Amino acid sequence: MRVLMPESVSEALAFKATNPDIVPIAGGTDLLVQWPGQLERQAASYLDLSGLDELRTIRWTQDTLELGALTTYWDTLCQPRVGVEHPLLHDAARQVGAIQIQTRGTWAGNIINASPAADGVPVLMAYDATVVLASVDGERQVPLSAFYHGYKQLEARPHELIRKILVPRREHDVQFFEKVAPRQAQAITVVGVTVAHSSCGWRVVASSMAPTVCRCPHLESLLQEGTPVSCPEDLLEPLRADVSPIDDLRSSAHYREQVMSRVLYFNLGETCPAFRSTR
Amino acid sequence: MKRLEGLDKLTGRELYIDDLPLEGHLWGMTVRCPIARGRVREIRFGEGTDWSQFVIVDHRDIPGPNELRLIETDMPVLVAEHARYCHEAVLLLAHPSRRQLRHAVREVQVLMDPEEPVFDFTCAPRPEQIQHGQDNVLERLRIVKGDVEAALAAAPHVIEGVYETGAQEHLYLENNGMVAWTEGDTVVVKGSLQCPYYVLNSLTWALERDDARVRVIQAPTGGGFGGKEDYPSLLALHAALLALKAGRPVKMIYDRDEDMAATPKRHPSWVRHRTGVDESGKLLAQDIEVILDGGAYVTLTPVVLSRAIIHAAGPYACDNVRIAGRAMLTNTVPYGAFRGFGAPQTQFANERHMDVIAHTLGIEPAELRRINLLRDGQSTSTGQVIEGGTDRQAILQTALESSEYDDRRTAHTAFNTSHPYLRRGIGLATFYHGAGFTGSGEVYLKSKVRVAGLPDGKIEVQTANTEIGQGAITVFTEIAAAHLGLPTNDVLVAEPDTHRVPNSGPTVASRTAMVVGRLVERACDDLRARLGVDSGTSDGELQRAIVEWHERGQGPLVGEALYEPPPGIVWDEKNYRGDAYGTFAWAAYVAEVEVDLRSYTARVTDFVAVQEIGRVLNPTLALGQIQGGVVQAIGWALTEECQLRDGAMANNQLTNYIIPTAADVPPVRVVFLENPYPYGARGCKGIGELPMDGPAPAVANAIAEALGIEPHAIPLTPPRLMELMTP
Repeated sequence: MRVLMPESVSEALAFKATNPDIVPIAGGTDLLVQWPGQLERQAASYLDLSGLDELRTIRWTQDTLELGALTTYWDTLCQPRVGVEHPLLHDAARQVGAIQIQTRGTWAGNIINASPAADGVPVLMAYDATVVLASVDGERQVPLSAFYHGYKQLEARPHELIRKILVPRREHDVQFFEKVAPRQAQAITVVGVTVAHSSCGWRVVASSMAPTVCRCPHLESLLQEGTPVSCPEDLLEPLRADVSPIDDLRSSAHYREQVMSRVLYFNLGETCPAFRSTR
Repeated sequence: MKRLEGLDKLTGRELYIDDLPLEGHLWGMTVRCPIARGRVREIRFGEGTDWSQFVIVDHRDIPGPNELRLIETDMPVLVAEHARYCHEAVLLLAHPSRRQLRHAVREVQVLMDPEEPVFDFTCAPRPEQIQHGQDNVLERLRIVKGDVEAALAAAPHVIEGVYETGAQEHLYLENNGMVAWTEGDTVVVKGSLQCPYYVLNSLTWALERDDARVRVIQAPTGGGFGGKEDYPSLLALHAALLALKAGRPVKMIYDRDEDMAATPKRHPSWVRHRTGVDESGKLLAQDIEVILDGGAYVTLTPVVLSRAIIHAAGPYACDNVRIAGRAMLTNTVPYGAFRGFGAPQTQFANERHMDVIAHTLGIEPAELRRINLLRDGQSTSTGQVIEGGTDRQAILQTALESSEYDDRRTAHTAFNTSHPYLRRGIGLATFYHGAGFTGSGEVYLKSKVRVAGLPDGKIEVQTANTEIGQGAITVFTEIAAAHLGLPTNDVLVAEPDTHRVPNSGPTVASRTAMVVGRLVERACDDLRARLGVDSGTSDGELQRAIVEWHERGQGPLVGEALYEPPPGIVWDEKNYRGDAYGTFAWAAYVAEVEVDLRSYTARVTDFVAVQEIGRVLNPTLALGQIQGGVVQAIGWALTEECQLRDGAMANNQLTNYIIPTAADVPPVRVVFLENPYPYGARGCKGIGELPMDGPAPAVANAIAEALGIEPHAIPLTPPRLMELMTP
């Protein structure tokens, strides 16, 4: 095991340019799981970003909330303004692991780990977040909704690091994050449903329903068009066009489809008068 | 009195087996069978590894018989030819570097010729699946009282039901771990374990050594729940075999995934009830068939089955009872001891069935229990006449009142008709648990306890019973101090070390405080008698007498006690008739649940546990026992599911085997009704296992009420509830 400890972001980018296989590590909450038995991971090289305080920033500009790459869930929970303007960031942060994990896990790490069951990614995606990637060649921006090409297939190139995450500041009249998991804490999401509605339209994001966290365009247009929905089953057809859940140790494809449709139906019924009137 | 070692455990200062200093040792690891059943064809060592650096042990290195001595000897210490479960131990490796050892274990391939495994314990095996006797039946037991067939034929109603429970993993905080070394001609093992003398018996047998040349010491142990009753015997042998061959100390500490995959779990069960009742709900006949999945070897299954059938008819009066039990071999890990030891399985079935009877007859579930609860002078299924003055109606009534049972039911009905997707319900279970070993078990054990008077006037309690998180050291200290009128500071409790403490039996069966604690009291009496000091003496006189004894150079001063059964206990082992236990603890539990019909997730929102456990010795520890047991049972009822793939646990990770977290636990409101038991220490009865018996049926009954369904199997995971709700 080899660990490089850069003293600045530019040094980190230089290391990454010359060692594209090096694994960035910040909180370690994904990489260190079951570490003693992870012989392959133990043999890898790591780029320890945890000392780079310049990445540990939360900033508001005129129309954007900027989360530096080292921002933890706990950092956002300590900022009441985040909860006021982007309440789903708080809802999701509170449901990641438990407090110990929330204080170490980072939003950017959640994006890079690319788990289909991620809790940080779906709320960022529903808010139309953009990922700022940096390398020795400069910076570029990628919409989070275009960041994944398939299971653990990322838009980021080997020499790039996430520098920050940009979250637009918008008014939302409907927004919820529903994590269905087998217990109240220390749980991996079995079905995740995030919905947000603003002047930019509907966002429906599914987690644990496909190889990546993903937007659901058919469900979004159903809501956009105000198509009448009289029962949860009415949502199954567009849902099946958007996602492809699987059977695994944690649940079944059938359960996941049913529950996603039910969460959407009942939560929209509770939070969205327009949806209620379509019944 | 506060928990003596509590602060050390709370602050992380306590040194468990993996923390204890050890110099110049090797690490040991296990190479395991890759399939559920087969014959070992070849063991292939990878070419990239310098195997001369490793100590390698297989079945040929065992000095004595290749048998794990428990009730029977059918289980090998290491697979010689035939393997019966996936992850069964085949080969042991040791090396100074744990990391190199981890690599090396992966470089050994065990090549198998597969044989036909059996996984379904409810159907008869095919000829090619027979591995034990003529029919794979590990044990068959039967209880008969009255004439069941005649009573069923005459009964106005006969109500049937089949109930199933799943395996459960103990998930003690500390994984199994053991260190072995030699001291001269003696093999010493020290580790995380419940029963030092069980380990000793296994070592003397397979290593062909007498007691004097084997020494077993319990290290501070991070939880057991029965999971460290039989398994440490196997791990101790593995560590000892490696240490003997290496000539150096060997440490074996299981990783969590290995511990979950390779060690015993709670027996899965299948129970069928056919019950005759009259119009009022009075039980006329109980015909009960119990099948347990025993796993690959006999281990402790016969005694689990015994406790299962004795508790199967519940705490009710019925003149005609027939209980037929059998345990079947399957090619999975051997199922073993787990808090409750068979009683939770059969009482789940019985208490769920009571609600089915109530619903069928249109009687209130609480009323059905009121009618049938045993009254003093009536007898259990084995014909044990219940006396002792415990008011079981009052236990039930207290539970109903503390939980506001009737008011909540009314409120739930209104709530359930108005809420779009939440449903609430409340459920009840009344049950009992026999404390101590079943039948003549305590007599066979011949438990012995010593209390030594030390030169400085302090006393030392010497037992083989172990602190495993339940507070044994604290309770022994309190019992001895109270009995001798000493300050608790002057009472020491000896480390369980087979070279120092007598065999006071295993730390199991809710027997430590009640049975062994009573022996501590009697050994204290004996100590006093040896000193010629009677019990009415003033403060300090006993200790002065102890000091003087030593000043006179009279040698060791030891009071001793041997187990004697309470008077009038008669048990017919052959016919399963008579007094199965010296006494029972009695309880009524009420659970309130809320089910979310969006995700079919059930959550326990309130819990009331009312019980009579004789006298409460230490209120804090007793409360902890009940609350902990309730939480463990809620996990078993709702989320804990061992997912077997080809007989092996696939979800052997903490992320995928779901035990409740603190955030999942409802308020657990505990009420003790005390009725001192004259043959337990200071009037106590057993407590540890009781709280495992009642919560699962109470929760399932609450879900039944919330949703208007009759669940027959646990765990009631969301997918299972979805199936029940969408037929």
